[in-house]
Parts: sequence; structure tokens; C-alpha cells
Amino acid sequence: MRLVTVAGPPSCGKTSVIVHACRHLLAGGTPCAVIKFDCLKSRDATAYEAAGVPVSVALSGGLCPDHFYATNLEEAFAWARGTGAQTCVIETAGLCNRCSPHIRGLLAICVIDNLMGIDAPEKIGPMLRLADLVCVTKGDLVSQAEREVYRHRIRQMNARAVIRHVNGLTGQGCQDLSRILALAPEAGENLTDRKLRFAMPAAVCSYCLSEMRIGGRYQKGNVKKAVFAQSHGTQLLDNAPGETEDGDVPS
Amino acid sequence: MSLPDVLPAPRELTLTGGHDKSGAPECAALAFRVGEITALLGPTGSGKSRLLSDIESLAAGDTPSGRTLLLDGRPPTDDERFELQGRLVAQITQNMNFVLDMGVLDFLIAHAESRNAPEPAAAAVRVLAAANELAGEPFAERTQLTQLSGGQSRALMIADTALLSTSPVLLIDEIENAGVDKTQALALLLKSEKIIVMATHDPVLALSAHRRLVVENGAVRHVLARTEAETSTLKRLAGMEAEFSRIRAALRVGGEIR
Repeated sequence: MRLVTVAGPPSCGKTSVIVHACRHLLAGGTPCAVIKFDCLKSRDATAYEAAGVPVSVALSGGLCPDHFYATNLEEAFAWARGTGAQTCVIETAGLCNRCSPHIRGLLAICVIDNLMGIDAPEKIGPMLRLADLVCVTKGDLVSQAEREVYRHRIRQMNARAVIRHVNGLTGQGCQDLSRILALAPEAGENLTDRKLRFAMPAAVCSYCLSEMRIGGRYQKGNVKKAVFAQSHGTQLLDNAPGETEDGDVPS
Repeated sequence: MSLPDVLPAPRELTLTGGHDKSGAPECAALAFRVGEITALLGPTGSGKSRLLSDIESLAAGDTPSGRTLLLDGRPPTDDERFELQGRLVAQITQNMNFVLDMGVLDFLIAHAESRNAPEPAAAAVRVLAAANELAGEPFAERTQLTQLSGGQSRALMIADTALLSTSPVLLIDEIENAGVDKTQALALLLKSEKIIVMATHDPVLALSAHRRLVVENGAVRHVLARTEAETSTLKRLAGMEAEFSRIRAALRVGGEIR
């Protein structure tokens, strides 16, 4: 089975784009399945079911959605294989812009929309930087010039990805996308021992364990204190999580 | 480092004849050339969008119309297809607003930089000047994009597409009268060395085109070159429009019409 990870900010059109692409795959005789990771609530199963795509939704609830995603990958993969799918798409919440759910050696897609502001490609971080394919939605709502400038900003953040404009409402561009999905690398029988492209954020402080009170005396574990002072210009992280040339995290 | 954004620039596109929605063959192959404006006419649902998307998606007999797109008389290579997909066509739609939160000049410089223009600031100034020629009411370098009026936005979009867009084909979905000099806009776009296709219901624009394609039931039914009689009709209509604009401009500044 081929496996594709799709990440992107909320409401950018991930589900619409995947539904259209899966429709084309199904029409071409490729059975597919979708796993949706979300936090509290998801109505997306309805959209996939209406398109005849088997879907399983997993909600992280009180856990970090990205950690939850990583800890459930093997099982998610096994479920999708059980449906007889030849292509499996994993759609993730992509909420804090710090994470990237992408897996080494497997097709990684980032969906981003044209309305997010000119600095969005820079803010979105690793899920865009480490993607193989960037799908830009809502291009019909902006001018040609804005589409071109935005595309350039994406290119500056990710020099190697294929960039495609797609329309989640009309499905324009999704046939081309389905052809790319059909060429995604094979994942084999399971995902065991594969590696993520980027480390998840560290956690395990008292708030991870449902602490609700505010104050230093309640904070235990992996706690990082910020230094507050007047800021000027652009702020960068001193010790950004490492990446090598090909976008992989050094082990 | 960003990759250079250089695209192949065909001088001629050909759409081989496909078939209509009932399967009947289309009249003939259609060639579109640089420096030539083609108007696309036909009622809603007749297949104008299909034709445009056949061009945009580099149709290879794989779309519902069965048409195939040729670049300079031959099918595109795999590399060209890959490079051009989604970028062959620049579009000027009926959208009248910008959404990016930037000043006009900064935005134009960013656009010029994205094209690796040798002097982005100079290129940006040229676009701004051209836009101000088209716009009824001039705007300044530091004006925010989002504060431009509909006419000013439209003028800027047209000037920018003519002077800075990378795509070799330009598709125009109607040019509104509001606040933009249509004739001047067409002249500017024509100088841009692009292949221009324009969907319109406006008689002046339709007659300004070198030829008209009439679409019906999913296929091109008629290909009409502009006749001499039509050229004189165009002159008459353009004169009427000029008269309209003159009176409009006079009324706006409190003039009396005699």
C-alpha cells in the first residue's frame, strides 16, 4: 500500500482536496482509504463517505494531536490495509505549526491557502519545509500577482517541492494531484521502524498531566522559562530543532 | 535559495479539435498566437470554461472534450508539462480586490523579485506608472493594496499581469468599465507578448479581438475573423463609449452638459 501524509493549517481545504483526489483515484480503479487525525471533533467522515472513500477518524482529545498521531501510525496503517486500499491518505490536524507529520521515504503533502497572509509560508514551518508537494488552495479568490508572489514565498521556504494550485470547491487541479498520488512510494506491509522527518515538540510537564492552576509552584518536569524583554525585528529560535540537507532530523 | 522561475514560452498554442457534449466532432483545430487577441463567446454552460481549462491543464486527449494541446505545433515534453502545469495561464478574473496586507510598491517589488527581474525596484515603478495610466484615479506607492478602489485594483492587476506575470498565456474574464480604460488596457496587454484569450459579453471588447470563437454544446461552433464592416461598427461603439466617459467625467466634477 502507498501512504501519503497530508498536513496543513485548519480550514485551508485539506479534506476537500483529498476527497476530490480520491474520487479520481477510485474512478481510475485504485481503492483508497483515509485516516483523519483531529483534536476534539470532526465532521469530515461525512465528506469522505459521500465520495465512497472508507474513512476512520481518530480524535486526540486531551493529548497533543501530533504525539497522538505518531503513537497510532502502525495501527492506522493496519486498518487502512484491512480495507483493501492500495493508496492510504493520512490527514492530520496540523495545529501548532511546530510539527510535521511527514515520514521519511513516503509522499508528504502540505496544503496551504492563498488567503493566509504573505508571511504564512514562513510561519507554517516544517510541515511546509519538509513537504514533497505543496497544494495551494483558494487561488480563485486572489489576483494573479498575489498567487505568483505567494508561490515565490513558498518556493523560498521549500526549494525542492512541487507546487500545485488546486481548487477544493471545484476540484480543479485534483486530477493532476491524483496522478501524483498514484506514483507515491510503496510503504510495504507496515510502518514499523520508519522515521518521522522532523522531531515532535518535547512535552511532559505538569500541564501535560492536566494541571490547570497557574503558577511556578505547580510546574514540574520539562519546563522552559522565556526571557521577557523588549523585542525588535525578527525573532528566531536560538536552538532550532535540527534538520539536515534532505530535511531529515539527525539521529 | 529559490529556484529561478523561468518558464518555456511557446509562440503558438494549438488545440486539436475535440468533440461536443453529444460526441459530434468540433469544427477544426484552433491555433492561438502571440500578439493576437481571441474573444470567446457563448452562453453560460456552453463550454467556455472547459476550453480554457483544456489550455490550462495541457489537455492530452484526457479531458471530457477530447482535445489535445500542442505547443508550437508539437505535444509538450514531460519536462514542459511538469513545469507548465498550473502556470501556463495567467488569469485576470472579475475579482476586484486584493487580500494581501502590503503597500503597493512593496508588493510590486516582491513580485518583480520573484521573477528575478534585474532591477526589481525599477520594474515595480514601471508597473505602478502603467497602472496609474489605466486607472481613472491615480494612487500612490505607499497606498495599501487593500485600500485600493475596485477600478484601481483592476488597473494594477492588469498592468502587473502585462508587465510582470511569468505565464505565456493570458486569460481575461471580462474587463469591467468601472474605473479602467479598456482600450488602453488591451493595448498594454497586447504589448506583453502573451497569447491572449478573452471571455466577454461586451460588444466593444468582442469586436476589439482579432477573431471570435463561438462555443456551443461543449465545442467551438464558429471561428469568425473581424470583418471590415465590424471594424467600422467597433469604431462607432468605441466613439459612443468615449462620449459616455467624457460626460461621466464632466458630471463628476460638477460640469454642465450642453
